[in-house]
Amino acid sequence: MADVSLRKVIKRYDDVEAVRGIDLDIADHEFIVLVGPSGCGKSTTLRMIAGLEDISDGDIMIGGDVVNDVPPKDRDIAMVFQNYALYPHMTVAENMSFGLRLKHYPKAEIKARVTEAARLLDITDLIDRKPKQLSGGQRQRVAMGRAIVRNPKVFLFDEPLSNLDAKLRVQMRIEIKKVHQKVRTTTVYVTHDQVEAMTLADRVVVMNKGRIEQIGTPNELYHKPATRFVAGFIGSPAMNFIPCRLEDVAGKLQIRLTDRIAFALPPARAARYNALPRNDKLVLGIRPEHLTESHAHLGPGIETFETVLDVIEPMGMETLVYFGLEGTPVCGRVNPNAGATDGAPMRLAMDLNNMHLLNEETGAVL
Amino acid sequence: MSTVAIDKAGPSRKVKYGSMSRDRAWALRWSYFFLVLFAIFFLTPPVYMLITSLKSSAEISAATNPWWVFHPTLSNYVELLTSNQFLRFFWNSSIVAIVVVIITMLISIPAAFALARMKFWGSATLATGVFLTYLIPDSLLFIPLFKMLAVIQDLTGITLLNRWYVLLFIYPTLTVPFCTWIMIGYFASIPKELDEAALIDGASWLQTLTRIFIPVALPGLIAATIFAFTVSWAQFLYPLVFTTSVDQLVLPVGITTTLIKGDVFNWGQIMTGALLGAAPPLIIYAFLMDYYIAGLTAGATKG
Repeated sequence: MADVSLRKVIKRYDDVEAVRGIDLDIADHEFIVLVGPSGCGKSTTLRMIAGLEDISDGDIMIGGDVVNDVPPKDRDIAMVFQNYALYPHMTVAENMSFGLRLKHYPKAEIKARVTEAARLLDITDLIDRKPKQLSGGQRQRVAMGRAIVRNPKVFLFDEPLSNLDAKLRVQMRIEIKKVHQKVRTTTVYVTHDQVEAMTLADRVVVMNKGRIEQIGTPNELYHKPATRFVAGFIGSPAMNFIPCRLEDVAGKLQIRLTDRIAFALPPARAARYNALPRNDKLVLGIRPEHLTESHAHLGPGIETFETVLDVIEPMGMETLVYFGLEGTPVCGRVNPNAGATDGAPMRLAMDLNNMHLLNEETGAVL
Repeated sequence: MSTVAIDKAGPSRKVKYGSMSRDRAWALRWSYFFLVLFAIFFLTPPVYMLITSLKSSAEISAATNPWWVFHPTLSNYVELLTSNQFLRFFWNSSIVAIVVVIITMLISIPAAFALARMKFWGSATLATGVFLTYLIPDSLLFIPLFKMLAVIQDLTGITLLNRWYVLLFIYPTLTVPFCTWIMIGYFASIPKELDEAALIDGASWLQTLTRIFIPVALPGLIAATIFAFTVSWAQFLYPLVFTTSVDQLVLPVGITTTLIKGDVFNWGQIMTGALLGAAPPLIIYAFLMDYYIAGLTAGATKG
């Protein structure tokens, strides 16, 4: 077990910078998820930690030692790949023990470790099968088993659930979390799926265009995003972004969304945003769950407005409503019994206590 | 109205299915017709060889139906199989083919692995170059090769010309490029993650090759082996040029040079020798056919 540190790590392919100076400290036992859209550099970062890609600049440290020029086999890491990468001609047991056999471990110990890992992953019955006789979920378990038996300092997961169907993905997600709770090995996990990131991680690293946008616990990222990218990336359906500006009306600060709609800000928010220049182009960030149906007993800071719905999506436990505010598409989440209908007018309530205000040009959350 | 429409739709759909299967039946008939045609075309010479090999010289030269054996005899087989000369050709051919296969595999497997996986400067050009060398016909190469060997022989004093073992150096120029090319295709079809997993598991490049790549690409390896064996076994031009003494000859050259004396063609023995010579590749094909076909198709779709 060990901590992992990245110091100003850069990866260049010819003239293109895939990773542009990343600083990251991963504590011992921690489960870190790198998340971001395709091409954001998350897989490249993982592969540099693994030693499968050379780094162009900076330092990578595992357990305090700089490993920039250490080959993968000497970094004491284990990796689980998206397509499992099981050796097709070997049985499950042989797949899992390959690394140990190469290192000439005693046979008894190999057997003990394989048996233990198989028990942990519930694949004891499959131990003599070949990979082609296994289902996708079973293969992924074997791939994890191969990582576990090595008892490495760090686990690296490269989108391990992307090849599985939706139901199995949820199951395996829980499996991975359970395994981490048992073995407590430092883990770096790459995914493009923000739900996986939120559910698995101790801390999530959101990456975009080769840079880290924000590092934080899932809750921090959700409730206190640092940038528009993070705010929009985390959460499903995504946060609404509505152009707006600040106004002073009768000594009170209010936010104007359209000619028709303007809300007075709750005192805490007003204090926070009071210093901002009034003419800046701003964007209101509001999550769909903070746009609900209006009802009789609204708390402080919750403002209502009338709109005409374009489309509704009944999801069962909630209904998503879509409408436009001066051309900006907006999504809200209402109670399925609130009577939302396609094309019908509806009174909605916006919870301004949970609003975010962003600078339109820089994308920074203010 | 709607019921009528449904009734109409029923039979018209059936006709469609019927025409589908009729198309298929005709396709099958044509396939069989051409397959039988090709089978006759390609099997006639071996059958004729077999018939002739079972005849005595007298019967061959007699004006009887050449497609029938009236007095079958194994004398041709007995004579050849008890002739030290023929056994010598057979031995030379076997040793040359086997050693060439070994040399070819020892060179082309690591070469293909390096070209397919270790991306180094110029590896792509080199891979194409390897294939291009295969395209140069041996009829262009044998004179310069002969010159080269003569020079080496003069310089070193080691006798190379008119020795069967010279073929061990020459045949790989035919087999290595093609086998390397086949193996590059195979190795390239193995997912990159597999060698990365092996690398992380602690395997060296050599261990990755021997413990992962060779077992996984075994069908391709067998295809390449069969190719190398067939080429070395059947090669005619090079042994004809480079070996002349009777005890240095390989089978294809041995049969034609020793069994044709002047203008006397010993047809019975020529045919018997050719049949016996065709046996080893045939046996190898028969045993490895499944692998060979799996190998060829896998290479075709993935490589």
